[in-house]
Amino acid sequence: MRVAVLARLAWLVAFAPPLVAGGETRADGPLIADLSSREIAITTSFAGTELLLFGATDGEGDVVVVVRGPARREVVRRKERVAGIWLNGTAVTFDHVPGFYFVATSRPLDRVAPAETLAHLQIGVETLKLEARGAATPKLAAEFHAGLLGAKQASRLYSRKPGTVSVQGGRLFRTSIRFPANVPTGVYSAEVHLFRDGRPISVSKTPVIVRKAGIEARIYDFAHEQSALYGIVAIVIALVAGWLAGVVFRKA
Amino acid sequence: MQVYLPIAEISLDAFLLLGLGGMVGFLSGMFGVGGGFLMTPLLIFIGVPPAVAVGTEANQVVAASVSGALAHWRRGNVDIKMGMVLLAGGFVGSGFGVWLFTVLRQHGHIDLVISLCYVIFLGVIGALMVVESVRAWMSSRSGAGARRKLHLHTWMHGMPFKMRFRRSKLYISALLPLSVGVFVGMLSAIMGVGGGFVMVPAMIYLLGMPTSVVVGTSLFQIIFVTANVTFLQSVNNQTVDVVLALLLVLGSVIGAQFGTMWGARLRGEHLRGLLGLIVLAVAARVAFDLTVAPAALFGLGHGGVR
Repeated sequence: MRVAVLARLAWLVAFAPPLVAGGETRADGPLIADLSSREIAITTSFAGTELLLFGATDGEGDVVVVVRGPARREVVRRKERVAGIWLNGTAVTFDHVPGFYFVATSRPLDRVAPAETLAHLQIGVETLKLEARGAATPKLAAEFHAGLLGAKQASRLYSRKPGTVSVQGGRLFRTSIRFPANVPTGVYSAEVHLFRDGRPISVSKTPVIVRKAGIEARIYDFAHEQSALYGIVAIVIALVAGWLAGVVFRKA
Repeated sequence: MQVYLPIAEISLDAFLLLGLGGMVGFLSGMFGVGGGFLMTPLLIFIGVPPAVAVGTEANQVVAASVSGALAHWRRGNVDIKMGMVLLAGGFVGSGFGVWLFTVLRQHGHIDLVISLCYVIFLGVIGALMVVESVRAWMSSRSGAGARRKLHLHTWMHGMPFKMRFRRSKLYISALLPLSVGVFVGMLSAIMGVGGGFVMVPAMIYLLGMPTSVVVGTSLFQIIFVTANVTFLQSVNNQTVDVVLALLLVLGSVIGAQFGTMWGARLRGEHLRGLLGLIVLAVAARVAFDLTVAPAALFGLGHGGVR
């Protein structure tokens, strides 16, 4: 079963770039960009990481960097007070919610392009098209939508950093992207947009893979794919550890 | 030193976890309890998802109970027949408990149920312990040791399926230990505890077992019930984090050695009173968290955000 996972991962590595990066830029285009690494490995000592995104343009312009994490379904629950106790009340489901969303710009976003253009390109958290299922009224849907964004921001999975793309000589640009310790795994897409006079000129997309690596990944896969055997191993480890401790301390 | 926990999917300081294990181990060594009822809420306080805290604690209690159970076994302090009947109930109860846990988790209510169980059971048991130890302390001061009957005969002794338990010198209905086992098994699955804090008083006051075999028999069945919970939680919910469990075990076995030395210096009723106060404090803290307005009104997914 582990072989199957590795095969899937190898498939992703081999074929994901052309799939995700539909419009990969050629070196002679108006924009080229790359990252310090296209892979983030979550290992035992993982406490979040930073990637450097850098590139060059063929002239002056505004640079906007958007990093999206893999989409998934999210259930948003609102805490409600019943008899003095706070419990999970109403729930609303959102489909295709990016697990991670990061925006960095060379200038404040509202000066880069008009709102309609940004909405069309889904640049900015508020432009994400998130459909609420199970909300009784549009007002409730909007409330939960705001709650979803708030929760994502609180867990540092959604962030915006206006003015943090630094441009040198009008051509070279760079910015750093912070990934917190709780980043979801999967295929991410790092997009760089070039704007001139409010119009989108070019876009470059680079895939980034976030995966668990080393012993962490093995334990996680083991627990999820062979959970019965994992349970037995966990029990045996506990029995041996407890017995060993007893023996060691009786002698000491 | 930050360690990424593969199942909890968060990164925590390894020394914090070792320290927590050591502290709870110290208390469990001192009072002769498993410590699950202290560890699970503490893990939740430091940010471990409640479901993972419960599943992992069951695994840790297995380790924490082994050496004690072996020691009692060697001294012949285990009533095997009684243990088996309790265990039969324990398997049924823990199986049902894990099923209930899975259903509640899918509906987003598991965190609340875990907390409520803690408030109710710790509150009641803690209060009883404090009252009992104060009484014992008072009567020991006044000099006249209150005499208790060896056996109180009540309606329970008229129940069918009577069974003879030689080691415990009892002839009672098997339904009694069976239902104690079922109940403690459920608690074990939902709260991530061994359940000794319910089991031991139930054995003494409800079943009327002699105190000499109570702890050994309780530990004997706790190993198997928590092992069963570990297995079922792994299969149904994938919430057992072996890395977290190992760190806690490491800390707790060391802490327990020092706790045992300290515990030997204190008197029985003082120990029980002190333990009762700690149990009440944990219950109060969990109750406080339930009633205070949450920092974030909206939460995501299974465990929600903190």
